[in-house]
Amino acid sequence: MASTPPIDLPSHATGAGAFDTPALDEGGALFEYLLRLGDDSLILGQRLSEWCGHAASVEVDLSLANVALDLIGQATHFLGHAGKVEGKGRDGDALAFRRDVLDFRNCLLVEQPNGDFGRTMARQFLFSTWQRLLFRQLLGSTDELIAGVAEKAVKEVTYHQELSGEWIIRLGDGTEESRRRIEDGLAWNWRFIPELFEMDDLAAFMAERGIGADLAGFRADFDAVVSAVLAEATLEPPPDQRPILGGRRGHHSEHLGHLLCTMQFLPRTYPDSTW
Amino acid sequence: MSDWPLWEVFVRSRGGMAHRHVGSVHAPDAEIALRHARDTYTRRMEGVSLWVVPSASITASDPGQDEAMFDPAVDKVYRHPTFYTIPEDVKHI
Repeated sequence: MASTPPIDLPSHATGAGAFDTPALDEGGALFEYLLRLGDDSLILGQRLSEWCGHAASVEVDLSLANVALDLIGQATHFLGHAGKVEGKGRDGDALAFRRDVLDFRNCLLVEQPNGDFGRTMARQFLFSTWQRLLFRQLLGSTDELIAGVAEKAVKEVTYHQELSGEWIIRLGDGTEESRRRIEDGLAWNWRFIPELFEMDDLAAFMAERGIGADLAGFRADFDAVVSAVLAEATLEPPPDQRPILGGRRGHHSEHLGHLLCTMQFLPRTYPDSTW
Repeated sequence: MSDWPLWEVFVRSRGGMAHRHVGSVHAPDAEIALRHARDTYTRRMEGVSLWVVPSASITASDPGQDEAMFDPAVDKVYRHPTFYTIPEDVKHI
């Protein structure tokens, strides 16, 4: 009986568990790292866009859409750069609209459903607080594009963080109902915080080269900012929950696939259409 | 939100210019009103400074009194300083 040839593993795979741990080389790692940065912004931008036309007032509607557009702008830069680094002819649009769910590298926090305004604001506040500290560190990245985007984006994200912080304070220190909703929102999103600070092999590899951020380096700052805002909102931090990890390696919650269905429908149905 | 008070928004388009009224926003308090004004009226680089004022603080003239308030000025064009010759090299008048 003729022997069956083995199934070829991708050249970067290293045998057992390769799905989770691609071997690291400078170009491949930079590509992956840029996907992390870009996908965080892209997916949260898409999530926030779902509020358009649904917020309680036109002013809140606009403020959420503005944050969404800032984030999608960041994603455009990061994913465009990722496409160039990859060198396979994919541009930012191809990476945003023609990748499937397992190839997304965003953290799980940003793909969580909007829920009510409290849950959306809790998610925004936790993410923007983290992203602001991240971009501050990335100002010193040895990758010129990352440093450049961080410099532009850190101003935007400062605004996102302040805006969402103001809402945490008002909801927490507001009515009985607003307090209940922001407490529920924080409790829902709390388990996704540890993933934001996860220093896996790729994150460590990039940090060692001065390209990526040392996430552990600003955990204390993150905790201090969150504590201060919660205190002003007269809220107690939710009890720590079992952390959920995996987004950085493509292990996503069910929600991301549904988000991509909506986001990718048009370009997949009418490829390369313009208007 | 229908129960949020209304705030009048004033934007300074660039340094040295006066703040101009551009519209209004609903907001629960002054700080959020500023943010709503920023997101509603300055997202296309319209301004470098913002004021918000509670609409309730504005005292407006009565439209029913228009004739007494404004008509007396109609036939007094000489109050416009347009009857002087401006020397050519004087700019920004």
